Amino acid sequence: MTDIARSASAASQSVFDSDWMIRVRRGSEALAIPIAALLVSALLFSIFLLALGKSPAQFYQLIWLGGFGTGFSWSNTLLRAAPVMLTALAVAIPARLGLTMIGGEGALVLGGFTAAAIAIPMIGGGAPIVMHVLMFAGALAVGAAWVGIAGALRQFRGVNETISTLLLSYIAIAIMNFFVEGALRDPADPNKPSTKALESVEMIGKLPGIDVHWGLVFAIVACVAVYVLMFRTTFGFACKIAGGNARAALAQGLPVGRLVIVATLIAGACAGMAGYFEIAAVHGKANASLASGYGFTGILVAFLARQHPLAIMPVAILFGGIAAAGGIIQRRMGLPDATVLLLQGLTFVVLLASETFYGRLTLFNPKARTDRT
Amino acid sequence: MDAGLALSTVIAAMLGGAIRVTTPFLFVALGEMLTERSGRINLGLEGTLVLGAMTAYAFSYATGSPWIGVLAAGCFGFLMGTLHATICRLPGVNDIAVGIALMLFGTGIAFFFGKPYIQPTAPRLPSISLGAWTGDPRFEQALQINPLFLIGIALAIFLAWALKNTRMGLVLRVTGDSEAAARALGHPVMLIRLLATAVGGFFAGVGGAFLSLYYPGSWNEGLSSGQGLMAVALVIFARWDPIRCLYAALLFGAAGALGPALQSIGVTQGYYFFNAAPYILTLFLMIGSAGSKRALRDAPGELSLTR
Repeated sequence: MTDIARSASAASQSVFDSDWMIRVRRGSEALAIPIAALLVSALLFSIFLLALGKSPAQFYQLIWLGGFGTGFSWSNTLLRAAPVMLTALAVAIPARLGLTMIGGEGALVLGGFTAAAIAIPMIGGGAPIVMHVLMFAGALAVGAAWVGIAGALRQFRGVNETISTLLLSYIAIAIMNFFVEGALRDPADPNKPSTKALESVEMIGKLPGIDVHWGLVFAIVACVAVYVLMFRTTFGFACKIAGGNARAALAQGLPVGRLVIVATLIAGACAGMAGYFEIAAVHGKANASLASGYGFTGILVAFLARQHPLAIMPVAILFGGIAAAGGIIQRRMGLPDATVLLLQGLTFVVLLASETFYGRLTLFNPKARTDRT
Repeated sequence: MDAGLALSTVIAAMLGGAIRVTTPFLFVALGEMLTERSGRINLGLEGTLVLGAMTAYAFSYATGSPWIGVLAAGCFGFLMGTLHATICRLPGVNDIAVGIALMLFGTGIAFFFGKPYIQPTAPRLPSISLGAWTGDPRFEQALQINPLFLIGIALAIFLAWALKNTRMGLVLRVTGDSEAAARALGHPVMLIRLLATAVGGFFAGVGGAFLSLYYPGSWNEGLSSGQGLMAVALVIFARWDPIRCLYAALLFGAAGALGPALQSIGVTQGYYFFNAAPYILTLFLMIGSAGSKRALRDAPGELSLTR
């Protein structure tokens, strides 16, 4: 059911129920179902661990310890949460328009690579601020273009946006590898092929008082800004209408094509920004480790947050914590590094199955039984 | 090396590469075609492919028979398809999103349980020599054909025949074109879709078995590079026809073989670029075919992909 149909049925209920009561019920439904889905997947994963002869209690204790238990683990968690917030926004913004776009990984990789490539002639040049402004602008522009291509193809050629964004991700990684192992490879780097690294004084600094870079602040600001844009402006409202029924939106005179393009450009810019911070604050150079799966975690986070920009923040922190605990789980419990991937996949599957309960539980929808035939 | 020799080496390598690279594309595409003809899209076949590759390798290693590995891969693919269909039959669930989730889930299972099988060597599938008549060792090597390739061709022909000429094929097409009509005729829509998705998963699993048991012929985490996903695009390009799936898979196979073929004569420049050729080709084919009236006319009516 679309949001519009949902709000229409909500309107019909308002005869029986006051307006704020419906808001409370809908809000608690949007909170309760994903949390229940999380708990069910945690339970299923516990059974799985028991079947392997491992202790679920130890597993969740280690996630707590490795993700949230100490100051060190918190900074490790937030370090991973920041890019995931941005790649989740890259999924959530198009979702508002009814598009399932999952190209965050590609936009992150290509944005980060662009930032690293722009930096090369300026490393050690004594103008770090100019360099960072250009890197930032380049990363955002390329990220925006990368997802914008998929938006344009969807709008004007009817190319399925899910498949095209995934293909573009593979192409983005290939483009980066092509340059990193060829023309832009730094011959002085003894390790794996990389571009020339930023000098450590030129890297983006840490936030005061915590061992996390400024990307976290930018990610949080981006989440809030996208919330305001998509939920509190006419642009966002127009997007919602276009996502509900494109034909009705066109009949209303809304420029659906332009909305799709602008929304996908913003989405790509978010992922490109994540790529910039990975280069400017974490790696200092572009190489294969830039494609570390933040884009794919972002998809899960966006779905779990019900595509809501503000909900993305806590969910990204939760999954950042699980990822941060991956190492300690591997060492202490002897589980493979794919454990986190498996837990993510399981959560995703359970979560999508739980979507079926929206609008059907009498606790949240007193008239649900009579609404449905 | 003179130009003529280099060219024939590239052609031989591309021919051999195409035959090798085509098989997984073909199996996944046929599976996806079957699923989509029932009116549902399964984007999770990429995960099924990886899981199939891992289980095939593990079972082949444990039992010593690669054919048991192929069967096991198919069975696990069948289970993944069943899972997809079971979740998608719940009202209000988006089949494309479920596909993305199963892509992650299938890869997760495969990587989790596949760790111990990265090192050991499992018995691989045999090949049939069909190139002795050429008298050229390069072509002889290129025409070392795997039985799964031949099975895939036979399967494509069989599916084309069955969709057109059998009652089951008709029921499947009705379900895919109009759920309402299928219900009115008394067909169990959800059961048909479940079977189509599960059997499609079986094919994709077999395609994965080819990856680990024949070419490249070992199990590692970088084994599949989006073949499962490209096969979904390939089905659109082939306009949901099994025989055209075969041609399209051959085309993709040749594109995929371009990079290694050029490498065989020493052209290593742009290796990553040529490796990206199949993705770029897929994208351009989608741009060319997705919006066209012909593709839309041939698309199953219930498919959310083309709406």
